[in-house]
Amino acid sequence: MNPNHLARSQVRAESPGLWVLAWRRFCYDRVGLISFDIVLFFVALMAASATGLIASDWSIEVGVSHAPPTFMGPADASARITTGAAPPESAMSARETEGRNSDGVDPLAEILAEIRGANRSGARDVAIVDPLAEVLAQIRAGSSVESATDVRAPTLIFGGDKWGRDVLKKAIKGTETSMFVGLAAATLAALLGTVFGALAGYYGGWIDDFFNWFYSVFTSIPYLLLILAIAAVLNQKGTMTVVLILSLTGWTGIFRLIRAEYMKHKIREYVQAAEALGASDMRRMFVHILPNVSHVVLVQLSLHVVLFIKSEVVLSFLGFGVGVDTVSWGSMLNEAQSELLIGNWWQLAAATLAMAMLVTAFGLLTDALRDALDPKLK
Amino acid sequence: MSPMNSVKAMATGGILLSIRALRVSFRIDRTTTLDAVKDIDFDIPPNSTVALVGESGSGKSVTALAILGLLPRENATVGSGSRILYRDRNLLDVSEREMRKLRGSDISMIFQEPMNSLNPVFTVGFQLAEVLRQHAGLTRTQARSRAVELLAEVGIPEPEEKIGAYPFQLSGGQQQRVMIAMAIACEPRLLIADEPTTALDVTIQKQILELIADLQKRRGMSVLFITHDLAVVGEIADYVIVMREGTIREQGPVDQIFEAPLDDYTQALLLCRPHLARRPKRLPVIDDFLNHGPGTVRDVPERRRGLRGDEQIVLEAHHLGKSFYSRLGLFGQREFKAVRNVSFSLAKGKTLGVVGESGSGKTTVGLMLMRLHVASSGQVIFDGKDILALSPREAMPYKRRIQIVFQNPYSSLNPRFTIGQILTEPMTIHGIGADATQRRDMAYVLLEKVGLAGASFFKYPHEFSGGQRQRIAIARCLTMQPEVLICDESVSALDVSVQAQVLNLLQDLQDEYGMSYIFISHDLAVVKYMADQVMVLSEGEVVEIANSDEIYLNPQHPYTKKLLSSIPRGWHSRVPAT
Repeated sequence: MNPNHLARSQVRAESPGLWVLAWRRFCYDRVGLISFDIVLFFVALMAASATGLIASDWSIEVGVSHAPPTFMGPADASARITTGAAPPESAMSARETEGRNSDGVDPLAEILAEIRGANRSGARDVAIVDPLAEVLAQIRAGSSVESATDVRAPTLIFGGDKWGRDVLKKAIKGTETSMFVGLAAATLAALLGTVFGALAGYYGGWIDDFFNWFYSVFTSIPYLLLILAIAAVLNQKGTMTVVLILSLTGWTGIFRLIRAEYMKHKIREYVQAAEALGASDMRRMFVHILPNVSHVVLVQLSLHVVLFIKSEVVLSFLGFGVGVDTVSWGSMLNEAQSELLIGNWWQLAAATLAMAMLVTAFGLLTDALRDALDPKLK
Repeated sequence: MSPMNSVKAMATGGILLSIRALRVSFRIDRTTTLDAVKDIDFDIPPNSTVALVGESGSGKSVTALAILGLLPRENATVGSGSRILYRDRNLLDVSEREMRKLRGSDISMIFQEPMNSLNPVFTVGFQLAEVLRQHAGLTRTQARSRAVELLAEVGIPEPEEKIGAYPFQLSGGQQQRVMIAMAIACEPRLLIADEPTTALDVTIQKQILELIADLQKRRGMSVLFITHDLAVVGEIADYVIVMREGTIREQGPVDQIFEAPLDDYTQALLLCRPHLARRPKRLPVIDDFLNHGPGTVRDVPERRRGLRGDEQIVLEAHHLGKSFYSRLGLFGQREFKAVRNVSFSLAKGKTLGVVGESGSGKTTVGLMLMRLHVASSGQVIFDGKDILALSPREAMPYKRRIQIVFQNPYSSLNPRFTIGQILTEPMTIHGIGADATQRRDMAYVLLEKVGLAGASFFKYPHEFSGGQRQRIAIARCLTMQPEVLICDESVSALDVSVQAQVLNLLQDLQDEYGMSYIFISHDLAVVKYMADQVMVLSEGEVVEIANSDEIYLNPQHPYTKKLLSSIPRGWHSRVPAT
């Protein structure tokens, strides 16, 4: 056997790369690990919600309108009356009562009775068939099943919104939307920022000038105005629109940092050595330098996830965010605005709690990452 | 001062500072601690210069920091029972407040990098006066006039004007003089100088050494001189302490250390360093002494250097020039000529040494040959073609035939690549070797050739020491089997003993493959050892080019003479030749 092969197999296991060393440093950081677990939990929640394992039935109205959380007990009658005064509530209950009354009632019953009465007196051979009989039978069968489940819960675990939807499920579904927006927008922004920054920092000269002009013009426009402009151009509401808005406006910070890193690294001796041995520009940029600045990208990515989650909330709160058919933390907060007036705090609390937990954990994780990835290498 | 004085001082029992059973350890991470200083004892007599000599990691700087109470508090621990006695007090027990007082007035320190030690946003006069106001309690005007005196004392021309200068307006040597002025401002009894001349050019080094020796005598203070360079020690020390890996290997008066060293390591240090008068075929390395005893390294045959004139020429440079432009106003620009009209030819299998001080353009010449810098003018004829005139695509096949080893082994290897990736990358780019397996096998052969274990293939650069990294960088060049290898200060950042090993490796490789070297260095002794021909550069121009023995024995140009006379010649310069 070749002794080299022996040596190779022996050594492979015990030669940690820089990423492994960073991971080991990270493992000593207790706060970082806990934050990491919390973030993982949210990611798992997002995945489960996206695949429909949980909270896929968030839009079903399972509780009474404004159902309070279980631990508070059902709302008392007086409270119901006051809440009943709210216009959507009254409209809803009117619809409901109407619906219940009309359920299973045959609209042709009176006419048929008349016709049959007339027949008894006149043409007796003609059999009068009720054309709605089958439909009615179906409706009656169906409504008997439906009315069995239609008993609405007076309380829900974390309360209900004004349609009686479960706030907990909404919060989980909102996590999916908000996390997706945060992660997708941050990834896209980091990609844009890294590629632009790499080109500008590495080549310098007119390419750098071009990107700097672009950057300066971009950042000189007020942030919200830019968001509104992009929203107007895209002209449709939806999750992907929000992702695009956030990433198209958010790459600038990453660009500036990566550009500086590339300017610093391109004159390092290892890059010169790569040039000396004939490595192409692309190879030097993305094979040699990129792994050495990737820790900056990673920390920025994590930082921007937090930033974009918060931005999505603000956008949705202002009404520029996700569409009405999707729920996000921002849209929950938007609804909570009017609910808070009548003292229903639970939707606000659910959205805020979920967001605060994730954002704090992500922020601490970013700090821990920064500490662990800081290359203390000469 | 003669070494006899210090011996006398010791005999009379006058001791300024004494260190007893000093132990310092650093916590690296949760599980590992590093014992930087392991139980050392030594004394500093008054009015003398004590040199603390050792390679990196020997614990010499840590010792100095311990004396000043400047060890990083978060991870350094001083062992119990350690004592640093100064005026009957243990400096390790003194309160932080008192220590601060002592640091300014009784014990002061100068550091290696003057540029980093001075605050760039204050004038040197302000920084100097601040020290005087704080420690000597002088008023603003008193401090200012005293500062002018001090600047004059450390040999800064026109001190009245220079007092308003910012650090960047001074040269490196002047900055170090300002640092020295600050250190001696309060008439300390002990001056600690931590590698004060390592970052400076050889001519400036000589001036600073003379200044320190002069001040020591004039002020009657003691100097603890920390250095890795025995030649410097030989010139100025009265008493020498040799440290290695946290322990003292040998200490004694300077004549004893240089004339009759007892310790193997001391002997090795004295002989590892290339010497201007000798050129053995191989330089002795530390291991020779420690493993086989000193006897084996004596009487090594000398190597003959020099060109006879009938050698085959592989590379010729004609009238190379390089200008840098800095913007002046809106449209104007100022031209700075870094290299002017440099011509030379390189013989096959021989070494051309390039020497000069910082800013002489020697590195720029190397980078132009590599096409890493675009030359402003001139030609480089290699294999019958002007390689500077080729397009990048046309130049590709020539790239692998001229390679470069950089100065800093810590930054010239990509930290995210394994050694295997580093070595196989150039082969992949240039299509050397048939497939990945063959390239890997070639990498193993080269690792062995440069003296590294095959197991290194999967390791990362941070797992290797400086010398080992430089071997990896050399192996990376060898993968392309170059005909010309440019060594740009390739051994300057290495310890003396490691330097000898790498120089031996380079020489072995030249003997085996017949490569031609362009050996760029500020270190004249190393160039003398390695080069057949030497080119002296000053301010971008060639002042002299000749066979190395000729240039060192009989320099023609005044600049060459000045440069050669600045080389520290060690102990032997103080003993009249017999």
